[in-house]
Amino acid sequence: MLEVLREPVRIRIASTPAQLPIVRAVVERLTRLVGFDQEASDRITLAVDEALTNIIRHAYHGRPDGPIEITFRRAADARGAAALCIELRDWGTQVEPDQIRPRRLEELRPGGLGVHIITSVMDEVQYAPVPSGGTKLTMTKTLSRELL
Amino acid sequence: MTNSGSELCNVHWTGPDHTTAVVVAAGDIDLRHSAEFQRVLLEVLQAGPKRIVVDLSGVGYMDSSGVASLVKLLARVRRQQVDLRLAGMTRRVRSVFEITRLDTVFEIFPSVQEALAS
Repeated sequence: MLEVLREPVRIRIASTPAQLPIVRAVVERLTRLVGFDQEASDRITLAVDEALTNIIRHAYHGRPDGPIEITFRRAADARGAAALCIELRDWGTQVEPDQIRPRRLEELRPGGLGVHIITSVMDEVQYAPVPSGGTKLTMTKTLSRELL
Repeated sequence: MTNSGSELCNVHWTGPDHTTAVVVAAGDIDLRHSAEFQRVLLEVLQAGPKRIVVDLSGVGYMDSSGVASLVKLLARVRRQQVDLRLAGMTRRVRSVFEITRLDTVFEIFPSVQEALAS
């Protein structure tokens, strides 16, 4: 089913919470189309939503007009199995990758759950500052054990 | 029984002395709505209930900012010895609590009726 991503799909939104439901609808439909079951689709949708929330809050500091580009492409995971790759590119304030870490869940406090969700749901997560500005977050989710 | 709240939440007071607040939430609780959700929850707590039941059966989607609002409420109700119960979670909302392992921290009931009965 990854055939539907023979060519990558790219959408561009502004850094406003008002556009998050649009992305959720796209991610849910696209993940179902490429073959994830409903539970996996829900979780991937949540992970992408959390990553976008972090970009709005920390890269753009709540500014509603910062560009965010979301690219979906088919990929292979580290073992060569079929996977979905989702890239989020922003042009906001860079955060050092080693500053982004999930918090300890046993601490009962409201913040920091988003990174935990992203790293729990996705199989590979990589934050990379872009030299010309901004950050590229690459998230990969294995679809099946079949080799590409 | 009295009603209050906002477009996102309705609040009903029930029980023998009207000391149980039932907060009925609806829609998507994400970055757009979580601040309003938290404001209503903390207002309910300030009114001095013995028990708060949050009905989530009408919530189709919740992100970590919505969950964080409930975590903040939980921390406060524990200090004030108020009983907090969550009820009627959809499968999708329950999944967020499972990923963050908060399903073991909150008291979660299948329905409001069951949350009020025990």
